Amino acid sequence: MRWTWIDRFVRLEPGRRATAVKNLSWAEDYFADHFPGYPVMPAPLILEGLAQTGGILVGHVHQYRKNVILAKMTARFHAEAHPGQQITYTVELLDLNEAGARVRGTATVHDKLLAEADIMFAHVGPEQLPAELADPQFVFSGELAHLLRQAESVISASSSSPPSAVTS
Amino acid sequence: MTYDEIFAKVRSILVEALNVEEQEVSPHSRLKADLNAESIDFLDIVFRLEKQFGLRIPREDLFPESIFQGDPRFVSNGQVTAEGLAELQRRMPYADLSSFRENPRLDRIEDLFTVDLIVRYLQSRLAATAPQS
Repeated sequence: MRWTWIDRFVRLEPGRRATAVKNLSWAEDYFADHFPGYPVMPAPLILEGLAQTGGILVGHVHQYRKNVILAKMTARFHAEAHPGQQITYTVELLDLNEAGARVRGTATVHDKLLAEADIMFAHVGPEQLPAELADPQFVFSGELAHLLRQAESVISASSSSPPSAVTS
Repeated sequence: MTYDEIFAKVRSILVEALNVEEQEVSPHSRLKADLNAESIDFLDIVFRLEKQFGLRIPREDLFPESIFQGDPRFVSNGQVTAEGLAELQRRMPYADLSSFRENPRLDRIEDLFTVDLIVRYLQSRLAATAPQS
């Protein structure tokens, strides 16, 4: 199953913020059931895209060497998303240290706010993982590889050095 | 900043981070048992305290983990020994150990993580960074 809920990164300012987009097509499976005759993107999937945008922003700080795991989220929903729309995910890095990170993000369609969330990520090291796990760097791998390369291509040249506020 | 002023700010942070009501938060509230904090919430609280008070807070300073590292001098049969209590006091100088000493079961250590602990820690840190008059 594919579980990438971002189509493309638009902007990546390392250690600061990121913007990504997700296009909604009626051909996506979930619209058939959610809901029959009235297609609405399930709100948790909107948050998944937002969390993936934030997770990649956080992961980039350590060049994706650390596993970044979604640990906690507080969200508010304001509007629905429908086929034919493009969702823009914008996340800002609030805090970062060895143990984890906190980001704040919004999902919008044009300038209409769909959802906003504060998201906590934990850095999970090999010593915290089950011994039988095949790949200890299991987060930023597989189907995400292409997206990570694409994100690299939109790094904003104006902010190539991370801000001092987030050094740990 | 007075104890009450710091407490009011800490309470606001806990309301946001733990999704609790303001009246649920008192100085004696235990973060886990009373306010249902989970381990990731401790990191969330540290991040928010750092922003609010303009401090760098090493997690081990405020919420130390694995204080005894299974050392038999400090813990015996699930009870914290006298030497362990001294170590605990050293690692958590802002914790009120009075009731813990009466029944020093290892699993009661998490009850030492109270709102009062946070406020007293901040009081000490802020006093140390305040400009001398």
